[in-house]
Amino acid sequence: MSSETKQILTTDGIPLEVSLKKAEKKNKIKAFLLVAPLLLFLIITYIFPIGDMFMRSVDDKMVTNMLPKTFKAMEKWENLDELPPEEVYRGFYEDYKLLAENQQHGKLGQRLNKEKNGFNTITKKLFRQIKRNKIDESASIKEQINKIHKRWRNVEYWQAIKRTAPPYTMAKYLKGMDMYFAADGSIAQVDEDRRIHRILWLRTLEIAFFVTLFCFFMGYPIAHLLATLPMKYSNLLMICVLLPFWTSLLVRTASWMILLQQQGLVNDFFVMIGLVGDDNRPEMMYNKVGTYVAMTQILLPFMVLPLYSVMKTISPSLMRAGKSLGGTPFVAFWKVYFPLTIPGIGAGCLLVFILAIGYYITPALVGGASGTLISNQIAFHMKTTLDWSFASAMGLMLLSGVLVIYWIYNKLVGVDNIKLG
Amino acid sequence: MSKNPEFVKFDKVDKSYDGKVLVVKDLQLDIAEGEFITMLGPSGSGKTTCLMMLAGFETPTHGEILLDGNIISNIPPHKRGIGMVFQNYALFPHMTVYENLAFPLRVRKVEKDEIDKKVDKALSMVSLNGFETRMPAQLSGGQQQRVAVARALVFDPAVVLMDEPLGALDKNLRESMQYEIKHIHESIGVTVVYVTHDQSEALTMSNRIAVFNDGKVQQLSDPAELYEKPVNSFVAEFIGENNTFNGEVTDIDKDKCKVKLANSEILANPISVKSKGEKTTVSLRPERALINPKDKMDNMFTGKIEEVIYHGDHTRVRLNLLGSSEFILKVPNSTSNLELKVSQDIKIGWNSLDARALDPK
Repeated sequence: MSSETKQILTTDGIPLEVSLKKAEKKNKIKAFLLVAPLLLFLIITYIFPIGDMFMRSVDDKMVTNMLPKTFKAMEKWENLDELPPEEVYRGFYEDYKLLAENQQHGKLGQRLNKEKNGFNTITKKLFRQIKRNKIDESASIKEQINKIHKRWRNVEYWQAIKRTAPPYTMAKYLKGMDMYFAADGSIAQVDEDRRIHRILWLRTLEIAFFVTLFCFFMGYPIAHLLATLPMKYSNLLMICVLLPFWTSLLVRTASWMILLQQQGLVNDFFVMIGLVGDDNRPEMMYNKVGTYVAMTQILLPFMVLPLYSVMKTISPSLMRAGKSLGGTPFVAFWKVYFPLTIPGIGAGCLLVFILAIGYYITPALVGGASGTLISNQIAFHMKTTLDWSFASAMGLMLLSGVLVIYWIYNKLVGVDNIKLG
Repeated sequence: MSKNPEFVKFDKVDKSYDGKVLVVKDLQLDIAEGEFITMLGPSGSGKTTCLMMLAGFETPTHGEILLDGNIISNIPPHKRGIGMVFQNYALFPHMTVYENLAFPLRVRKVEKDEIDKKVDKALSMVSLNGFETRMPAQLSGGQQQRVAVARALVFDPAVVLMDEPLGALDKNLRESMQYEIKHIHESIGVTVVYVTHDQSEALTMSNRIAVFNDGKVQQLSDPAELYEKPVNSFVAEFIGENNTFNGEVTDIDKDKCKVKLANSEILANPISVKSKGEKTTVSLRPERALINPKDKMDNMFTGKIEEVIYHGDHTRVRLNLLGSSEFILKVPNSTSNLELKVSQDIKIGWNSLDARALDPK
C-alpha cells in the first residue's frame, strides 16, 4: 500500500505529527506549570545557597581588589627569583597609600601575614613611613622600601604577594584535607601532629559505616516481624518504631545522656548484676560508644521503614514454596527471601549512611572529643572562628562525598532498585 | 507395582486455629497412589487447611496424617518431598525459569548435568522449551502457571498438591490448562491432591472428589456419581444446577416415596428419608425434566413459562411449576423447541428415580 510511505493526515488535512505535537503542547505546559513552584523553591532554597557556598569557599578577591596596580605591574615581573622591578614597588606603594588613607591597610597586613609569616611587621613599618611622609615619590621607590626592613629585600615576600593575585583559590579545600600551598606554589602536607581534619573525615566514615551496619542488623528482624505479624500486633510494633521517630531529637539524645553517664541507669544496672565494680564504672558517653549507641537508635527507623515497605510486598507463599521444594528454612530465607529484600536494604543503608555522615547534634552532645564528626568541625568554623569560607569548603566536600557514595551505589546495585515505599 | 490404596491417609484429623472453632472435624480420608483427588468446597470449608496440613505448613490439632504408611505430622515441610503449586504461582521473581526449576534440584545437591536434563524434561512436559532464560515477570499468566506446575514436578515428588492453581486465569485458558494438568497426571502417574471451589474444574479433572463443607467431607465419590447421586442437599446444591422442592413425606416405599408440597404431591426417590412425616428437600437436575415426554413418566405437571434465556447450545426455561417460579429447565437446542414462548403453558414430566428426596435444607 502506498499510503504507508505517505505522510499521515488527520481528517482536517493537518499532518498527524503536527496535530499530535499541538495536542501534547498544552499538556506539557500544564505539567511544567504544576512543577514550576517546586522548581522555583528548589532553586531559591537549594541550588542558589549551594552556589553561594561554593563561591564563598573559593573566593579570594580581597587582596586582588586592594592591590590592583601592584598586580598589573607584576605582569611585567619576569624573573621570579629576583626582586620585582621598580614598577611593582611603585604600584604597591600607591595601592598601599590609598589603603592607608581609607584605614584598610590593617586587613591587608593580616591577610598577607596568613600567606607568609612576618608581613604584619613590615607592612606596619611601611605604614609609619608613609604617615610621616618619609617616602620621596620622585626617587626610586624600590630602594626606599627595601631600606625599611630587610624582609622587603627578600624575594619570597614578593612571591607571597603574587600568590594572592588570583581572585579564586582552592586553599580552603586543601586545608580541609590537611594540605596547603607551599611557598613555591606546590601542594604540601601539614605536619603530622597538626593533621586534625583527615582524622575527622575517617572517623566520620567509620562511624557512619558502623552505625549503618548496626541499624541493618537490628532493623532487619524488626522489619521482618512488622511485615509478617498479624495486624493487631504489627500496628503496636509499628508505633513502637515510630514513637521515637516522633520524639524530638534533642529529647532522645538527652535521654541517652541520662542513661549512659557514669552514674546513669545502664551503669547502675551493670553494677547491680555484678558485671562491673562500683568503683570501675566504664565511660559510655563523651566517646565513640556514646555516639554509636545514640546514633544507631535515632537512625533505626530510617532503616526499618524502607525494609518494611519492601518486605510487605513479598508474598509469604514464596517462603512456603521454597520450603515445600525442599529448601531448609535457612536456604529458603537466604536464596528466596533475602535477595528480594535487597532493594529495601539498599534504600535503608543509603539513607542511614548519608544521614549519619552529616550528623551533628547527637555527636555534639554525647560524642565528646573522640566522638565528634566532620559536621561538628564545620559548625565550629561557622560559629566560633567565623571562617565561613572554610566551613563552606568542608560542607561542599561532604556533599561531594555523598554524591560519590551515591554514584558508587548506583554502579554496584543500581538506583532503580531502590525502593522507599 | 501394586498401588497402595492408602498412600495418603488422614486419620481422625481435627484442626482448630483458635481453640474455639474446629475448621476441620474428624477428617477420615484415604488417597490411593496415583490418584487425582480434588477437595471441593466453598471458601472456609476447611479444604485449604487440609492441604496445608498435608504440606506441613499447619499441624493437626488432633489425629495423624500418614504418607505411605509413615506418620508425617512431625516432619518439617522441606523433608516431606511433596510438590506444591500455589494459588498465585509463587515463582521466585528474581530467578529465571531455569533457576526456578533448578531450585528443588540444587537444594537436593543433584549434579549439574542431571539438573539440566530434568529441567529440560519438565519444561518439555509443559511445552515451554526455550523459555529457560526468561524471568517470571516476562511470562503470561498461563506460562507462569505451567512453570509452577513443572517446578512442583521436576524433583519427582510422590505427591503434588495444587491449591486453586487456575483461579487467576481467564476462562478459556483455565479450561485448556485443566486438560493439560489432567494429561500430565495421566502420563506420569503422580498422586495429585487438588483444591478448588470451581465444581466444573473438579468434575473435569478428578478421579475422585471430596466435597467439603463446614470442616467435614460431605461426599467422597467419582465425578459422575457425585453429580448423579448426591447424598445430601448440600452436595446437590453445590454441584451443578438443581431444582428443589421442600415438603413432607406422606408415604414411603422401598424405592419410592410420596412428598406433600404446599398444594400438590410428587413422587420421589427416598435417599435420606426413612419414615413418614419427615421433612425433606427433593432435588431434581434441570436436564432430567422433559417437555411433553413421549414415554410414561410418574411425575407429570403443567407449568407456565416465565422466562426463556438463549444460551447457544441450550436454552434455559424458567417455569412457574407447583407453586414455585424458580423451576429451571435445560432444553438442548434443536428446531423442535424454538416455539417456546413466555406465558405459554407446557407439560413437564420426570421419573421419580431422578427426584432425590434428601435431608431438609
